[in-house]
Amino acid sequence: MKKLESSLKNMLLVLTGITVLSVAILAYFNELTKEPIAQANMKILNDALMSVVPGFDNNPVADSDTIYKMKGEVKTVDFIIYPAKKDGEWVGTAVQSVSLGFGGDMTVLVGFDSEGKIYDYSLLSHAETPGLGSKADVWFKKGEPGDIIGQNPGDKPLSVDKDGGEVNSITASTITTRAFLNAVNAAYKAYLTGEVEGVSGATESAIDSEITATENKE
Amino acid sequence: MNNLKVLMNGIIKENPIFVLLLGMCPTLGTTSSAMNGLGMGLATLFVLVCSNVVISLVKNIIPDAVRIPSYIVIIASFVTLLQMAMQAYVPALYSTLGLFIPLIVVNCIVLGRAESFAAKNTPLSSLFDGLGMGLGFTLALTLLGSVRELLGTGKIFEIVVFPEHYGMLLFVLAPGAFIALGYLIAIINKFKKA
Repeated sequence: MKKLESSLKNMLLVLTGITVLSVAILAYFNELTKEPIAQANMKILNDALMSVVPGFDNNPVADSDTIYKMKGEVKTVDFIIYPAKKDGEWVGTAVQSVSLGFGGDMTVLVGFDSEGKIYDYSLLSHAETPGLGSKADVWFKKGEPGDIIGQNPGDKPLSVDKDGGEVNSITASTITTRAFLNAVNAAYKAYLTGEVEGVSGATESAIDSEITATENKE
Repeated sequence: MNNLKVLMNGIIKENPIFVLLLGMCPTLGTTSSAMNGLGMGLATLFVLVCSNVVISLVKNIIPDAVRIPSYIVIIASFVTLLQMAMQAYVPALYSTLGLFIPLIVVNCIVLGRAESFAAKNTPLSSLFDGLGMGLGFTLALTLLGSVRELLGTGKIFEIVVFPEHYGMLLFVLAPGAFIALGYLIAIINKFKKA
């Protein structure tokens, strides 16, 4: 077969044809993968929830509260609060919190037990330097150098040793450590508002006046 | 040209990384560990094979003057398909490579093979060319990733070889990518001459 001539008509037809065809294929495949992608994301969140709060039997995702602020038309999510219950009894709360790390936003899911102690945490997403700041995913776990498990940020906000605090910073990654601890401290304040009715003194600093709405499904 | 020769050509004689030095951006960016290098290599392999076959099938109905935009649309479609599939079925790998997957569209190996090979050859030999180039790319990325992971953290594919404490962090970071790649190319050239 001879190659098509580069006339205006041919060029228009071919380009339009190729674009239409690929859009059709992509649209079909998008429909096909929509469900699995949603499920995969759900599974990541559920696995994280499972690890950061004590055993629960409710569906924390369905019971979650979102705390967000409106900047004009744009909605920025500050915290998502997932309460964990067993046999109707409240056993703890996981709070999703964001803070600015060394490489960009860092999303942490922190679990607190009913006394406000840190039960466990999970690093949901981050853009820290591989091999340095990226160690935050295990650094603060039980038995690791920067162990924060069991501490209560309500007694004393967590801060890094370089700032006079008690948490060992990740080697060569003080900024990441600071960002991580900020996220945990902020999460604790959101945890208080999530469970204590009314706004107490401790929560006013975290949930400032910019917040115009909270979604409460309870 | 016979197909086996086409296949080996991409892996050894014209290896996209060590000989042609094409696609340096994903090469340097994703190879912080052996697993990441392998994942990126396989993703590119998939796109290369698919786009090579399709382009060589449709090469005669595409007028010369619009061939580049047409090729880009075809390649971009395959990359988007791959991205959605990875997000759905291998979310863990997707979250580490996420940023680099869309960049396969502008990887010069893919467009380069479309233009210099698929547009002039039969679909079957284009398939072998895509396979060869893709495998060559995958091998090179895995090798570079292994070297960086080993020197930087003392592990290969997460298997501990020596304690992380003795690792040279430099190799996990960007400058280490350039240094490791430079030395690998030098060593390979030395062997080829001998």
